[in-house]
Amino acid sequence: MKRTLTLTTALALIAGGAWAAKTDVTIGLQLEPPHLDPTSAAAGAIDQVVYSNVFEGLTRFGPDGSVNPGLAESWEISEDGTTYTFKLRSGVKFHDGTDLDAGDVVFSLDRARAEESTNAQKALFAGISGVEAADDTTVKVMLSAPQGNFLFNMAWGDAVIVAPESIENIKTNPIGTGAFTFADWKQGDSITISRNPNYWGDAPALEEATFKFISEPTAAFGAMMAGDIDAFYGYPAPENLAQFEADPRFNVLAGNTEGETILAINNKMEPFDDVKVRKAVSMAIDRQAIIDGAMFGYGTPIGTHFAPHNPDYVDLTANAPFDPAAAKALLAEAGYPDGFSTTLKLPPPSYARRGGEIIAAQLREIGIETEISNLEWAQWLEQAFRGYDYGLTIVSHTEPMDIGIYARPEYYFQYDNADFQTLINDLSVENDPATRSDLLKKAQTIISEDYVNGFLFQLALTSVVDAKLNGIWENAPTQAVDLTGVSWSE
Amino acid sequence: MTEAGFLHAALRSRNLVLGLSLTLVFAAAALVSFLWTPYDVTQLDIPGKLQTPSASHWFGTDHFGRDILSMIMVGAQTSIAVAIVAVGIGMGVGVPLGLAAAVHRGSLMDEVIMRGNDLVFAFPSLLIAIMITAVFGPSALNAIIAIGIFNIPVFARLTRGAALSIWTRDFILSARVSGKGPARISIEHILPNVTNLLIVQGTIQFSLGILAEAALSYVGLGVQPPTPSWGRMLADSQTLISLAPHMALFPGFAILLTVLGLNLAGDGLRDILDPRIRRTGR
Repeated sequence: MKRTLTLTTALALIAGGAWAAKTDVTIGLQLEPPHLDPTSAAAGAIDQVVYSNVFEGLTRFGPDGSVNPGLAESWEISEDGTTYTFKLRSGVKFHDGTDLDAGDVVFSLDRARAEESTNAQKALFAGISGVEAADDTTVKVMLSAPQGNFLFNMAWGDAVIVAPESIENIKTNPIGTGAFTFADWKQGDSITISRNPNYWGDAPALEEATFKFISEPTAAFGAMMAGDIDAFYGYPAPENLAQFEADPRFNVLAGNTEGETILAINNKMEPFDDVKVRKAVSMAIDRQAIIDGAMFGYGTPIGTHFAPHNPDYVDLTANAPFDPAAAKALLAEAGYPDGFSTTLKLPPPSYARRGGEIIAAQLREIGIETEISNLEWAQWLEQAFRGYDYGLTIVSHTEPMDIGIYARPEYYFQYDNADFQTLINDLSVENDPATRSDLLKKAQTIISEDYVNGFLFQLALTSVVDAKLNGIWENAPTQAVDLTGVSWSE
Repeated sequence: MTEAGFLHAALRSRNLVLGLSLTLVFAAAALVSFLWTPYDVTQLDIPGKLQTPSASHWFGTDHFGRDILSMIMVGAQTSIAVAIVAVGIGMGVGVPLGLAAAVHRGSLMDEVIMRGNDLVFAFPSLLIAIMITAVFGPSALNAIIAIGIFNIPVFARLTRGAALSIWTRDFILSARVSGKGPARISIEHILPNVTNLLIVQGTIQFSLGILAEAALSYVGLGVQPPTPSWGRMLADSQTLISLAPHMALFPGFAILLTVLGLNLAGDGLRDILDPRIRRTGR
């Protein structure tokens, strides 16, 4: 009798253990944040940890990039589009117990747009002419001119609401309004956040989350396989993904990023100052071979410097189809029937190192010999980016909406086109969505038809996630690992 | 020793036979690769990547679909060329320095040369090689120079040590009496008497040179792509090791066997050529 009882107890314990879903999670990230204040640094690693988890803004991004209500439950826009009246949620408390009120919003926005502000995205706030608290839960934001994307701007990690009471130690002890409170930071290893019991919204399923920083791809692979981490956001080695895909314990998520990977061409250097030569280079490149060979199939071919998931994207890949024979003919036309030799400088990421070897082989087919040098980032910045001492190089430009760099003649590929510069100027003062879209499309076409750079592919965001873990974002509309909707299934 | 005697002794030494045959296999592979390789090593075949060893690709293919056997053959060229030139630099500079230092033991020249050697010796050779290539940029030439510089003190010391004992011998005295100057004596009498030692040391340094080249290429400071190099093949295979272990195994074995072969050959040669061992041991 006694024995059966023990047995049933044991069985009940086992069953009980299996029934209760896990409530903690360990997320692997490649980069450790320098500190934890998203409003005073550009480092994406900060937002990955704190965005929406610890800090919230008036509005927030959804997983699909849509803009949803955040701390503001609703808003009204004046007829002329220059005054936004935000109605704040009531009963929202910061992690230190103080109440969120309109004063905190005024403080945060004024701090971000102040002259001495160190905010990395001050342009987001440039249009604000004044912020005032109408009452405790109502904030009025005045704009100097109507702005179509103001609510989008307020969803950025750089626009989160902070409190004057806790601003002093924000870099080491971030106090926000989010669903998780900051718990612990083991420098060089991990950051832990735990569930906020007083959260205003739906309580998250997770009680505790740990971000573990692993920069070495082989170590990331080992940690994932051993089950030390439950998900790796932005997995650094695409070659391992096939293995994770084949393993029923894991899911592989492949989403979009803002990273246009290009074969940058030194437009002022002979012979690349001739558009025929640049076109020949572009046509000698087999984009699919690079995506398969360097990224193991993850990536979307692009024909211009614009993200394919953007509604204004124009598919211009046909401007430079893979055609070595035509490329060779173009080279001959430009006066280089026997080709020429140039330098190909490669920074450390594997898309550049591997992609570089493939491109070198493809260019050799049309007679262009490349001298490859593998550089560290510091050397690359000094020689290629600042020193213009390169013929070709490969970089992924990960900033969102960065087509404007082509309007800067001093930028490292040294593209100087007055028409394009005028167009970008027009764009920056244009508010009408339809006209903006037209201008953006025109801009994409100009650089594509000028063959400024070899446009290769859009970098994919690949994450490896435990098959039982739900709710990890697939795409990266902003740098964030939003854990509020993450949960374990049985 | 007569020629027949040398051959006889050489064949009797198992180390030497095994070591030389291993070395010859790789030397032959390198020589053949000048004329012919199974596949072109600069030709990528992305759809055919990461194939396991088969009849058409004996050692399989790498992450770009290149034939690994062909790459190992051409890589042998690289390794052997770098090592030969590096040992050549070491001998070409080190031996004359050693001979000069030995002329007058304790002279100013001796001190300057030997303390200079100590200085170079004091640094871990691979670290300095990394520094040289980091400052002057990674390339095969800089790798050769870096490895060569570290061979200089090895040969200078060895030469000086052996030469000093020969300078005290009677036949040197008679050469001096007959009016030969120190330079002439060094070349005509000292050098032939230290050659055996130099050959043995050269073999060992040669294997170290191959290792150093592989190490530099592994960290990306040696021969640059697309020229195949065993060290870079290993580096490329690192993240793929669980997916395609053959990518790491073959270049790894190539390095292991060449270095082993050269060391065995060096040991065997020492048994036969080194006068000290010959007199006491046999």
